[in-house]
Amino acid sequence: MSDIGYLESKEGDAQLGDYIALLKPRVMSLVVFTAFVGLVVAPVPVHPFVGFIAILFIALGGGASAALNMWYDADIDKIMRRTANRPIPAGRMTGGEALGFGLGLSGISCVMLALATNVFSGLFLAFTIFFYAVVYTIWLKRSTPQNIVIGGAAGAFPPMIGWAVATGGISVEPVAMFMLVFLWTPPHFWALALFMKEDYSNAGVPMLTVTHGRKSTRKHIFAYTLILAPIAIGTGFTSIGGPVYLAVALVLNLMFIQGAWRILKRDEAAAQADSYKVEKRVFYFSLLYLFGHFAALLVEKCLDMMGVSQMFGWF
Amino acid sequence: MAITKDHELHKRRLTRNLGLGGALIAFCVIVFGLTIVKVKNGSMMQGFDHEPRVSMTPAVEPVK
Repeated sequence: MSDIGYLESKEGDAQLGDYIALLKPRVMSLVVFTAFVGLVVAPVPVHPFVGFIAILFIALGGGASAALNMWYDADIDKIMRRTANRPIPAGRMTGGEALGFGLGLSGISCVMLALATNVFSGLFLAFTIFFYAVVYTIWLKRSTPQNIVIGGAAGAFPPMIGWAVATGGISVEPVAMFMLVFLWTPPHFWALALFMKEDYSNAGVPMLTVTHGRKSTRKHIFAYTLILAPIAIGTGFTSIGGPVYLAVALVLNLMFIQGAWRILKRDEAAAQADSYKVEKRVFYFSLLYLFGHFAALLVEKCLDMMGVSQMFGWF
Repeated sequence: MAITKDHELHKRRLTRNLGLGGALIAFCVIVFGLTIVKVKNGSMMQGFDHEPRVSMTPAVEPVK
């Protein structure tokens, strides 16, 4: 292309908003919050500025993997209504731009995290990006209906990275936080899949609702909430837990299981009759569920720092 | 009236140019901030290039 041709070409002239959309800001908020909690509840204090920079680059690393995801999935994004207006399928950006942006941001975020904190954290972030972009997006998303389960691992790594930023390693507590997000993701997304009439089948993505049917999806949601509950409550007995967390976890898990039970007991006719009222309620409750657990961990840390936990003999 | 005329390309790319500028400034602030924090948290620095380091020389007993 000549210089004049380049100047006159409007193709690929993305605006700043398109680059921000490429980072999936709403998903990033979960990454920021859980990584922040992982960093704060760790037993080693971190300088506030270093902590802020660490969270920033963990979030940018998550955003970079989202950009790589949008680059690879541009063909199916074009088919699905919900994603058709993303920068690449809408024609505001070329796939190459998104790929370059994603790869560049991945490199910067991992190197900067390693330099600002420790090499282990940088490598862990690199592994997380690889896991989401390659293992989930390229390999498993289009080949198995369990894609949500495995993809959930990528979203569950941030609290572990936050912990690694502070301590330089991994122990049972960050693994508990990982398991909490990992096991929460399937019932959260399948509840959404039940009431969102997505055209996944047209796009060739094997969603559980399509491959195994809605009845089976309801069973899966209930099974996962049952597996999730002991993990979530058990976290209360680790060094980051305490009475406040245990009380919150107990209430939230009972409510989540009750919601999943109601989903299990419904059939499609009843769900359609009231426009998936129960499924929608459980989906929105699942957001509160995750926020509540991590907020309770923060409260426990505050109580610990004020010496309240020791006063009541809790470790 | 401006003495130069902006090409239409500049208007089209205004937001991304501003974004890139903002990102570069933010990056400089981050590196500067990290340098300050790392230096402040670092171990004691000593500048004894052509004389014995005070911290490495044996303590001298005061003469009675």
